[in-house]
Amino acid sequence: MAKAELMNYEQALEKFEVVIGLEVHVELNTKTKMFCGCRNDFGDEPNTNVCPVCLGLPGALPVVNKRAVESAIKIGLAIGCDIAPNGRFARKNYFYPDLAKNFQTSQFDEPIAFEGGVEVEVPSGQVYKIDIERAHMEEDAGKLTHVGGNTGRIQGAEFSLVDYNRAGVPLIEIVTKPVYGAGAEAPELAAAYVRYIREVVKALDVSEARMERGNVRCDANVSLRLHGAEKLGTRTETKNVNSLRSIERAVRYEIQRQAHILANGGTIIQETRHWHEDKGTTSAGRPKSDADDYRYFPEPDLVPVAPSKELIEELRASLPEDPATRRKRLQEAWGFSDLEFRDVVNAGLMDPIEETVAAGASPQAARKWWSGEIARQANADGKDVSELNVTAAQVAELAALVEAGKINDRIGREVLAAVMNGEGNPGEIVSAKGLEVVSDDGALMAAIDEALAKQPDVLEKIREGKVQAAGAVIGAVMQAMKGQADAGRVRELIIERAAQ
Amino acid sequence: MSEITPEVVRHLAGLARIDVTDAEVDRFTEQLGLIVDSAATLKAAVAGDVPATSHPIPMKNVYREDVVLESLSQEAALSGSADSESGRFRVAAILDEE
Repeated sequence: MAKAELMNYEQALEKFEVVIGLEVHVELNTKTKMFCGCRNDFGDEPNTNVCPVCLGLPGALPVVNKRAVESAIKIGLAIGCDIAPNGRFARKNYFYPDLAKNFQTSQFDEPIAFEGGVEVEVPSGQVYKIDIERAHMEEDAGKLTHVGGNTGRIQGAEFSLVDYNRAGVPLIEIVTKPVYGAGAEAPELAAAYVRYIREVVKALDVSEARMERGNVRCDANVSLRLHGAEKLGTRTETKNVNSLRSIERAVRYEIQRQAHILANGGTIIQETRHWHEDKGTTSAGRPKSDADDYRYFPEPDLVPVAPSKELIEELRASLPEDPATRRKRLQEAWGFSDLEFRDVVNAGLMDPIEETVAAGASPQAARKWWSGEIARQANADGKDVSELNVTAAQVAELAALVEAGKINDRIGREVLAAVMNGEGNPGEIVSAKGLEVVSDDGALMAAIDEALAKQPDVLEKIREGKVQAAGAVIGAVMQAMKGQADAGRVRELIIERAAQ
Repeated sequence: MSEITPEVVRHLAGLARIDVTDAEVDRFTEQLGLIVDSAATLKAAVAGDVPATSHPIPMKNVYREDVVLESLSQEAALSGSADSESGRFRVAAILDEE
């Protein structure tokens, strides 16, 4: 297929108003599935967490997971929603083998939570209000692996293999109302909103919230209309967007793609589009079905969910601090400037730094490593830091080694690279590679004397007050020590020598 | 008169991924029309002030604790399927998705 043409971003925004809408799916961390007692776990052998209910076998009857309902209510309350005193499930009918039943058990006209709103800050510091239309309970679908016809096993054959372990895992889908007025910041706002929802569900401890595992997934709706137009433009829904970075890129791409089509007299087709991480583009998927096509009807096998006022208030009282309060608290505790802290938030480093500090590192050391070497590596790989092979505990261990003077910063970076390369924990790597700095003053002094012998005038210069003359000797000593020395200590020793 | 037209039948067949011949479209249009018309007689039987229900018995809040129960073995899970491979159900490819 020909590559879509794009309009220059600034031009697109001059001509069109951007309207976005976001659907975020959150996989709950309950022990069991939404409607049966099968384990809710990631990475098990295929089709081992399945039973007659989640395989849709005849006669099997679903029963709602109480904890999933409580988690749904907590999420609803945390994003400012009202909780429905009487809600029910509905069947969403479609024919696709990711669910064995030919329908997804979801909620339609009576979602558990509705009419909420959150305030989200984008990197510029601007705060936007995002209205939430609803949050509803549903089940996740199974995982399909498509096997192409070119594998050579069966000529021309194409088929799919299905693992139903994920089928029936509790999902909460959070749907925003159309979001207007973000203009050029719409892509950043989309990512910031998903980050906010992730923070909420993590703080609530209702989801693992790991985007790379699909615990939090986003479908981004984008439409354009001429400035001043009343009618909303036709929207596309981009799926398969599984990192904050991709959300931003996907929204930006759709704005540019749609702008080009509209500006050239074309029309936007209402459809699902797939995001391709590698190419940074979207491609057309199936035409978006109308709600009618899903032939929703009330699920006769499940009775209404009618949480009591007491339960709702009890859950409300159990809510943790909201993300804005948490950010304020952490910034104060860590003593970061506004700019430092904003950079930390926008780089998605608040959680790892918090964990690193909890593991014993100083906030500044934690910030230095995460927003320095690690963020750089993540950027270079086009990944989130959470996808890199380094944990908060390892960073804390590294910071402790530097703090104790066992290694210096330069060696620290080398050790960190080895950690990310899967070579072990920092302490192990330092021992295995013999990277510990030479802290034996005798050995350092010997190297200093050797260097001084080659630069005999240095001591005299230092005695005359030209302390910077020590630099040349420090350089020579560090080289002799292969970088494994504390430059500050070497400097002290040289000055001591000069004083003798 | 029934709301079921040949176009509706073709649309439904598309959603259900079933190929239908023109003769089948005619037959299903008539049959589905009959079913819909029969169901519509219920509308005449109840007045507008009867609330719709989704369950015959007025029950609510039937829950299960979040406790793991035994699942089927992979072998048992796959035993009723027409085809399987590598511990997974094998189905015809559906081309309009990734």
